Amino acid sequence: MASTGAGYDLSPTTFSPDGRIFQVEYATKAVENSGTVVGIRCADGVVLGVEKVMLSKMLLPSSNRRVAAVAPHAGVAQAGSTADGRQVVARARDECDSYDDTYGIEIPPSVLAQRLAEYVHYFTIHGALRPFGASTMIAAYDARKKTHELYVLEPTGVCLRYFGAALGKGRQSAKSEIEKLDLTKLTCREALKEIAKMIHTTHDDAKDKPFILEFAWLCEETEWKYGLVPQDLIDEADAWAKKELESDDEDDDGDEEMAS
Amino acid sequence: MDPTPPDAYAGAQLRDGEVSTGTTIMAVSYAGGVVMGADSRVSTGTYIANRVSDKVSALHDKIFMCRSGSAADTQAVSDYVRHYLASHAIEVGAPPLVKTAASLAKRICYTNKEQLLAGVIVAGYDEVDGGSVYVIPLGGTCLKAPFAIGGSGSTYIYGHVDHEFKPGMSLAECKAFVAEAIKRAMARDGSSGGIVRLVCINAEGVEREYLTV
Amino acid sequence: MLLYPGATAAEAPARQHTSRPIVTGTSVLGIKYKDGVMLAADTLASYGSLAMFKDVTRIARTGSYTLVGASGELSDYHALLDKLKGLAQANANCDDGFEHGPAEIYSYLRAVLYQRRNKFDPLWNSLVVGGFKDGAPFLGSVDLRGTAYEDDVIATGYGSHLALPIMRAKWTPDLDEGEARALLEDCLRVLFYRDCRALDTVVLSKATATGTLVSDPYKLETDWTSASFVAPKAGGDGDGGW
Repeated sequence: MASTGAGYDLSPTTFSPDGRIFQVEYATKAVENSGTVVGIRCADGVVLGVEKVMLSKMLLPSSNRRVAAVAPHAGVAQAGSTADGRQVVARARDECDSYDDTYGIEIPPSVLAQRLAEYVHYFTIHGALRPFGASTMIAAYDARKKTHELYVLEPTGVCLRYFGAALGKGRQSAKSEIEKLDLTKLTCREALKEIAKMIHTTHDDAKDKPFILEFAWLCEETEWKYGLVPQDLIDEADAWAKKELESDDEDDDGDEEMAS
Repeated sequence: MDPTPPDAYAGAQLRDGEVSTGTTIMAVSYAGGVVMGADSRVSTGTYIANRVSDKVSALHDKIFMCRSGSAADTQAVSDYVRHYLASHAIEVGAPPLVKTAASLAKRICYTNKEQLLAGVIVAGYDEVDGGSVYVIPLGGTCLKAPFAIGGSGSTYIYGHVDHEFKPGMSLAECKAFVAEAIKRAMARDGSSGGIVRLVCINAEGVEREYLTV
Repeated sequence: MLLYPGATAAEAPARQHTSRPIVTGTSVLGIKYKDGVMLAADTLASYGSLAMFKDVTRIARTGSYTLVGASGELSDYHALLDKLKGLAQANANCDDGFEHGPAEIYSYLRAVLYQRRNKFDPLWNSLVVGGFKDGAPFLGSVDLRGTAYEDDVIATGYGSHLALPIMRAKWTPDLDEGEARALLEDCLRVLFYRDCRALDTVVLSKATATGTLVSDPYKLETDWTSASFVAPKAGGDGDGGW
């Protein structure tokens, strides 16, 4: 173990000779092993979808949520450690509240993202602190610019704006699936289905723990307010995704028969 | 719940020799912007400390504050708001809203209500709400209004402005309305006088002018 | 802050907190009726005896179930509404479908006002909290000392002297909406006639099973015909009455 970082991995205050900060990289690893989280900025809103891994059969489905409201016009979805993520959510809520109290307007998404990035980054430059083992997707609406925006904030403190993004175990295949979509036309309702399919695709029923789909959005339909997606729409997307995958399998089977 | 009349405490808070903008200030909004106005007299007791002062302070490019009460207090308040507004504008990368300027001023006036003698009007133009006027009298209450008057001279012209104000006035009508009201207040209020300053703010920009009586 | 070195605390100038209201509203009235709760108030914000703002709504909806009306200092009322907005958002963030009802809002306000009075920095208001949740109406009042009580009829300020007797005389639990409204308007009219800080422009609001509603400001009808116009001396033989 000691050889991995050769002593440079004990604190985020020290760079390794080749310019890396191992503690922050390890924090990023914690996120990579998490259940998949997908965020898509559609034509009419932003959708956040989460593969919430059910650690126990006795767990209440609504517990251990990975999406959270932080303001009327902003919400987040997180991958990685829920405990670390909670800290970022609490900070996001404080920032939203105090901005409204001071300036009399809702915090613009870019400002919220920037402030959270500063907060998370702070934990990567102090010896007494541990970086967050969680990445945060921020979906928010800018009432002044009339734009809906999606940001991804990583344990490094880097925060970038995306059309589509994916975190966690299935991020690679999810990202390549998002790239195939026409995000200038895709609607949120369509995105629910696409995300459900991506998550089902990357999930290995034999190997991985069971999961449930968690969705939140912020769109024209919700009058640009953040909210959980109604369960019937989630069920619909879930059923559609499963059916799609089955028919894909059948097609594959068909191909094999033809070949033989 | 009958409060003590305003003058009973207004006098108590202004220390001996403190400079006061015993004042007439005013702001009116119209479809495309606002017209703000003020007299120019600053006094210590009955001595006129400044006869050509400017009580319409810029908070940002297109947001201004009419100040009444203690000159020191209102200058401090406007300085703070100007400071916060400047960094806010940089943060959001766009001109700030008048609403935001009013919210900042209210916060300062409300949380420090016991130590301030400041009655201000925040008004200006922004692309979201057009022209808007916010009044923040002594206790730090903040209210949006089609038009507002303030300062010691305003008490003499409530009847006049209530009678003359018409919703949907043009820029020219607003200017005439403000000029006339402030002139009338200056004529009757010993603590108001000098010249009438007018500031017109709209999408095109800011124009200042002054009228001698 | 001590005046000079060695001064005792007793000699130090007292620190002043909110010692008086400045921009104020007068009475708020509330009654329970058949369908829920109705609140009413005029729209005047006074500055001493100056009628400074004449279209200020002093009854606000907070959440889906609750109405909060206020007399007294307007800036404190607005600060309270901001706090309630924060409370509602903190609750909404839980995303569990629960929302505070009027009883909780009332209890919260009581705690806030009582805490501030213990800091000798009171929020200078008399509040009326009305609402309807889970099939039950709620009506309560909180004052600047944190004194709180529930009742079927409530009036603050001048209303507690002039309106409350009328409301108690005419109130029954099964008043319908029209009767409740008529009763409140009668009281507001009396207040306009007899309270120097009252106005004939008013706002009416209700909380029922279908939610809460606050009306736009409207003008009351008033009656100034009087026998004393015909006989100003009221039949007396002096040089005129007052």
